[in-house]
Amino acid sequence: MKIHEYQGKQLFRAAGVAVPQGIVAKTPDEAARAFETLGGTIAVVKSQIHAGGRGKGCFKEHPQQRGVVLVRSAEEARQNAERMLGSTLVTIQTGEEGKQVNTLFVEQGLKIARELYLGIVVDREVGGPVLIMSSEGGMEIEEVAKHSPEKILAEPFDAVAGLYPYQARKLAYALGLDATAVRSAEKFLPQICRFFVNYDCSMTEINPLIITEDGQMLALDAKVTFDDNALFRHKDVVALRDLAEEDPAEVRAADTGLSYVKLNGNIGCLVNGAGLAMSTMDLIKLHGGEPANFLDVGGGANEEQVTEAFRIILADKNVKAVLVNIFGGIMRCDIIVSALLNAYEKVGFNVPLVVRLEGTNVEKAREMLQASGRAIISASDLTDAAQKVVAALNA
Amino acid sequence: MSILVSKATRVITQGITGNSGLFHSQQCRAYAAECQPGVDVFVGGVTPGKGGTTVDGFPVFNSVIEAREKTGANTSMIFVPPPFCADAILEAADAGMDLIVAITEGIPVMDMLRVRRGLEKSSSRLIGPNCPGVITPGVAKIGIMPGYIHKPGTIGIISKSGTLTYEAAWQLGRVGLGQSTAVGIGGDPINGTNYIELLKMFQDDPGTEGILVIGEIGGSAEQAAAEYIRSHVTKPVAGFIAGQTAPPGKRMGHAGAIISGGGGTAAEKMAALRAAGVVVSDSPGGMGAAMKQAMQR
Repeated sequence: MKIHEYQGKQLFRAAGVAVPQGIVAKTPDEAARAFETLGGTIAVVKSQIHAGGRGKGCFKEHPQQRGVVLVRSAEEARQNAERMLGSTLVTIQTGEEGKQVNTLFVEQGLKIARELYLGIVVDREVGGPVLIMSSEGGMEIEEVAKHSPEKILAEPFDAVAGLYPYQARKLAYALGLDATAVRSAEKFLPQICRFFVNYDCSMTEINPLIITEDGQMLALDAKVTFDDNALFRHKDVVALRDLAEEDPAEVRAADTGLSYVKLNGNIGCLVNGAGLAMSTMDLIKLHGGEPANFLDVGGGANEEQVTEAFRIILADKNVKAVLVNIFGGIMRCDIIVSALLNAYEKVGFNVPLVVRLEGTNVEKAREMLQASGRAIISASDLTDAAQKVVAALNA
Repeated sequence: MSILVSKATRVITQGITGNSGLFHSQQCRAYAAECQPGVDVFVGGVTPGKGGTTVDGFPVFNSVIEAREKTGANTSMIFVPPPFCADAILEAADAGMDLIVAITEGIPVMDMLRVRRGLEKSSSRLIGPNCPGVITPGVAKIGIMPGYIHKPGTIGIISKSGTLTYEAAWQLGRVGLGQSTAVGIGGDPINGTNYIELLKMFQDDPGTEGILVIGEIGGSAEQAAAEYIRSHVTKPVAGFIAGQTAPPGKRMGHAGAIISGGGGTAAEKMAALRAAGVVVSDSPGGMGAAMKQAMQR
């Protein structure tokens, strides 16, 4: 689960991680008032969407307007907010369709001496969290990794013990920070690492992490992603979820216990098991088709889930054919077919449906499909299924 | 011969009083009874607070230590719900179980980091979590896979995925190949046993003549496996990687199946395996054929 920058900073602040002063604004008036309350000569008005690249992004409705702007007066804050709120911000991460901006974050302007990069992830190979830092603040870390990997510092730390002060100093000295900034880092870095572990994050990224002219380390950005499996123990995080930022079909699928990811092709797929679902997409592509989605109905799919899965797949206007691939293990194929037939009836199909079944009670299941009299195309194995669904599309 | 599961295996189920814990314990018991008539392989279960009762003939104990002492079990199969599962794994290790098979899906990553640390000083081997389990066809299965798909034979399977493993076993059957042991290592970012440890076991197992490696996008375990195969494995190896068409930054069902920061793609994993001499199938429909081809080389 992802949250907005302003929400991340609220959590940071509560956890003792230094952030600039900032105020949330949902109307142009609130933006102007925020500028006055902050009381400085400059402020930054920042669009709150889950995608990155906001500073360089522009609005569809106002091509000259950037997603993050520096303002020098309350009136300027208001005017920018008028153009930003309710408009659609397009960044390198949103795709062409962009994201509507409903919330702004107005933040105090700071005198910045240096911009750094900070990221924390769990390293699978190390088997623990690792703090990644770089002198190249503001840059995409993937780009830095590609072109100047020597500028990336990685410091694994113990999830239970946290980051030791000596590790923070090691990084600070390697980044060439001065004495005041080293002291600030010695406090900041262990706190942010503690935050990462305590909140069950899968990623925490601060880009840029700044050193102010008076030597203080502050989080100028906050990109936080949480481990969905740990949300049961973080009710405060769940409360921060913004459904407007998520794909409605993916939300609907998750609520039904399905795992669904929308793609751009035209062949819908319904599969049991994540590995087999991914493989089915690959198979379609290999035979000249394009998958419209990833959809795993899970090991014990019931009729309700299969029905909802079909509804979600067919709600995608791009879908011109559907491939069902089920390997019935413990789950019997005949149970799946009866769910399938009922769902077929309830949902109403107007595109070709190819079904490939294997596993427990497959013979009985095939007979049921045959006897149903439905225009369902039956396939004998994976390759046959892919060929038939691609052919059905081109027929 | 086989790895991990043998005729000496005696299993208890942690979480046996839950629906899936009981259902799969019954399925596993039935499979073992068919393979080894007259031998009790699944000897009981553990649910704290329900010790002293029985469910469908399985004695229930309060703790793994007690279960081990009273039944002689050396293996635990875990169906405990995700919030309590890490604790259950550590309890099994503390009780001295040789093998722990964690089926549970959805354990927080931070919990698994603590488990991994806890297992460092233990001699227990953890398989999973978020996996279908382990089967030695004709001997016993510890997990949720359908027994009948797996035929006894000489191929070792190592896989991150459940149904894709069933698909692979079924395809192997169609080309006349059975399995020595099939192991699901699970689809989570942090797991108990990786490809390399199992590759070593299969390489050393006289009952295994070829190995099928099934991977997924995310992380670099397959690349590390490729490196190990190149330098240490002399038996024929075939492979498949799921997720060639998966978009970056999206979790594909399994917690670990995500391409992040441009790394962990199917293409780089397939290239690494090929460079190590593995016969890699581009299509999930070709896993059986790829294994057969590798065996004939």
